[in-house]
Amino acid sequence: MISEKNYTEEKRAKKAAKMIKLSTTVISHIAIYSLAIMTLAPFIWMILTSLKDMNDIYIYPPKLFPSKLHFENYQNSFEAAPFGRYYLNSLVVALSVTIGQLITCSMAAFAFARLKFKGRDILFYIFLGTMMVPYNVTMIPSFMVLYWLGWIDSFKALIVPGLASAFGTFLLRQFFITIPKELEEAAYIDGSSRFGVLRRIIIPLAKPALATLAIFTFMGTFNDFLWALVVVNSDEMRTVQLGLSIFRDRYLTQWDLLMAGSVTAVLPILIVFFFAQKYFIQGITLSGLKE
Amino acid sequence: MEMNITQDKKVNQNRKSKKDLLSALLFLSPTLVIFTTFILFPVLFSFYLSFQSWNMFSTQSTFIGLENYSRMFSSDEFWMVLKNTLIYTLGTIPLNMALSLIIAYVLNKKLKGKKFLRTAFFAPVVISPVAAAVIWRWLYDPNFGLLNYFIGLFGIKAINWLNDPTAAMFALIIMGVWKTLGVNMVLFSAGLQGIPESYYEAAQLDGAGRWAKFWHITIPMLSPTTFFIMIMSMIGSFQVFDIVYVLTSGGPLGSTKVLVFYIYEHAFKFFEMGYASAVSYFLFAILFIFTMLQVKYMRSKVLG
Repeated sequence: MISEKNYTEEKRAKKAAKMIKLSTTVISHIAIYSLAIMTLAPFIWMILTSLKDMNDIYIYPPKLFPSKLHFENYQNSFEAAPFGRYYLNSLVVALSVTIGQLITCSMAAFAFARLKFKGRDILFYIFLGTMMVPYNVTMIPSFMVLYWLGWIDSFKALIVPGLASAFGTFLLRQFFITIPKELEEAAYIDGSSRFGVLRRIIIPLAKPALATLAIFTFMGTFNDFLWALVVVNSDEMRTVQLGLSIFRDRYLTQWDLLMAGSVTAVLPILIVFFFAQKYFIQGITLSGLKE
Repeated sequence: MEMNITQDKKVNQNRKSKKDLLSALLFLSPTLVIFTTFILFPVLFSFYLSFQSWNMFSTQSTFIGLENYSRMFSSDEFWMVLKNTLIYTLGTIPLNMALSLIIAYVLNKKLKGKKFLRTAFFAPVVISPVAAAVIWRWLYDPNFGLLNYFIGLFGIKAINWLNDPTAAMFALIIMGVWKTLGVNMVLFSAGLQGIPESYYEAAQLDGAGRWAKFWHITIPMLSPTTFFIMIMSMIGSFQVFDIVYVLTSGGPLGSTKVLVFYIYEHAFKFFEMGYASAVSYFLFAILFIFTMLQVKYMRSKVLG
C-alpha cells in the first residue's frame, strides 16, 4: 500500500519535472526565435522599403508590404548616383587585395613555416606584434606616403597598402606547419625548387585556410569605409560604401532610393555569406576581429 | 672516408641553409616592403609627428615639444570625446556579452532550426557598417520609423532618436550591439564546445539543476573566453568610427563624437597632422594596455 503510494508520487514528480523541462524548452524556443526575428527585422524592412513608393513609406502606422512592387527604385538609385561605377571600383579593389594577399601571405607563411634562416623567430614575433597596431595610428602617415608618391585618389592608394597582412600570414603559417613534410622531401629529391613545392604541394593542400583568408579579406575590403574616405576625392574613384555614404547626405529622407542603394551595397557579401558561412565563422574564431 | 662523408653532409647542409635564406628573403620581400612602408614607418613617423606642428600642405613643420599633448589634455572637447567613447564602450559591452552568451548557450543545446538561427544572428556582422547605419537611420526615423512604432505598442512615447543628445548615444549603442552580437556569439560557442561533457554528467549525478550547472560549470569554465571577448570588444569599441560617421555624424551637439572621429576630423578636415597624431598615440597607448592585459592573463593561465 505504502510502496504503491510512493510509486505514484514518484511518477507525479517525474511528470512535473518533465513538464517544467518541456515548458523551459518552449520558452527558450520562443525567446530565441523572437530575438532572431528582431535581429533580421532591419534586413527585412530594408528590402520591403526598397520596393515601396513614397505613399507607402510615409504612412503611420507603418505598412508592412508595399501595395505595389516598385522595382524601378533600383533603377532610379542607379540613375541618381553612378552606383555601377562605384561597384566596379569596389570589386576591382576587393579582388586585387584578396588575390594579392593570398600570394604575399602564402609566400611569407611558407618562409616562416618551412625555411630555416637566422632571426626567423624574432621576425615572426615582430610580425605578430604588428597585428596589435591600430589602424588609426598608421592612417595619417600612410596617407602622407601616398600623397608623396602622388597616389592619392587612385586605385593604387586603395589597393597597395592592403597587399600584405600579418593576420593572413599567421593564419596560413599555422596551417602550413600541420602539413606533413614527407611529401615535400620527395619533391626536393626530384629537383623541385622551393617555389615549386609551395605551388604544387602546399597550396593545393591548404585550400580551406586559403578560402578562409580569401573570404575574410574580401569582406573586409569590400566593406571598408574609413580608408576610402581618406584617400578618395573624386566621384569616379568612389567605392560602394563611400558612394552610399555620400548618397545618404544628398537624399536624406528619400528612403526608397536609400534602401535600394543599401540592398545593392550588402547583397554581394550576403550572397557569399549564405554559401560559405563556415569560412566566415572560422575567420572570426581565428581572429576575434570586429568593427 | 668517414670524415669525408660528414664533411660532405656539412657542406650540403650549409648550401641548403644558404638556399633557404635566399628563398626566405625572396618570399618575404613583398610583405616586408608593404609592412615597412605602411606600418613600421607610420608607427615611428606618427610618434615624431606628435611633437610637431604641421599643416600637411606646407613643406615645413616645427618642433613644438609636448604642446600637442598639453593642448589635448586641456581641451574640453577632447575630454568630452573620451567620455563619449567610454559611454559607448560601457554601454555596448555588458549588453552584448550577456546577450551573446545566452544565445550561444541556447544554440549549444538541442534546438530546432539551429542553422537558421546562427545565420540570423551572424548576418549583421558581415554587412557593411555604412549600409547598416543607413538602414538604422530609417528605423530610427522619429515619425515613420519602425522602432518608434514598436515601442509605441508598449505605450512608450515616440523618441527623437537621432536629434536628442541622450537618445542619440542610446541609438548608437543599440545599433552597435546589433552589429557585433554575432562575433561574440561565435566566440562563446567555440568556448562552450571546449567544455568537456563529462563535467556536466558529473554534476548531473550530484543532482545539479540547469541553473546550478550554468553558474558552477559553464561560467567558470568560460572565463578565459569571456576575458578574451571583453578585451577584444574594448579594443573594437574604442575604435568605432564608420557607424558613428553615417548614423549621427558625431552629433547632435557632439554627443556621439568618439575618439577616432575626433582624430579623423583633426587630420583630414583641419589638417592638423601633428595634433591628430598625438591623439592617435594616446589611443594607441590605451589599446596597448588592453592588449597587454590580455597577454598577461593568457600567460598566467598557461603558467598556472
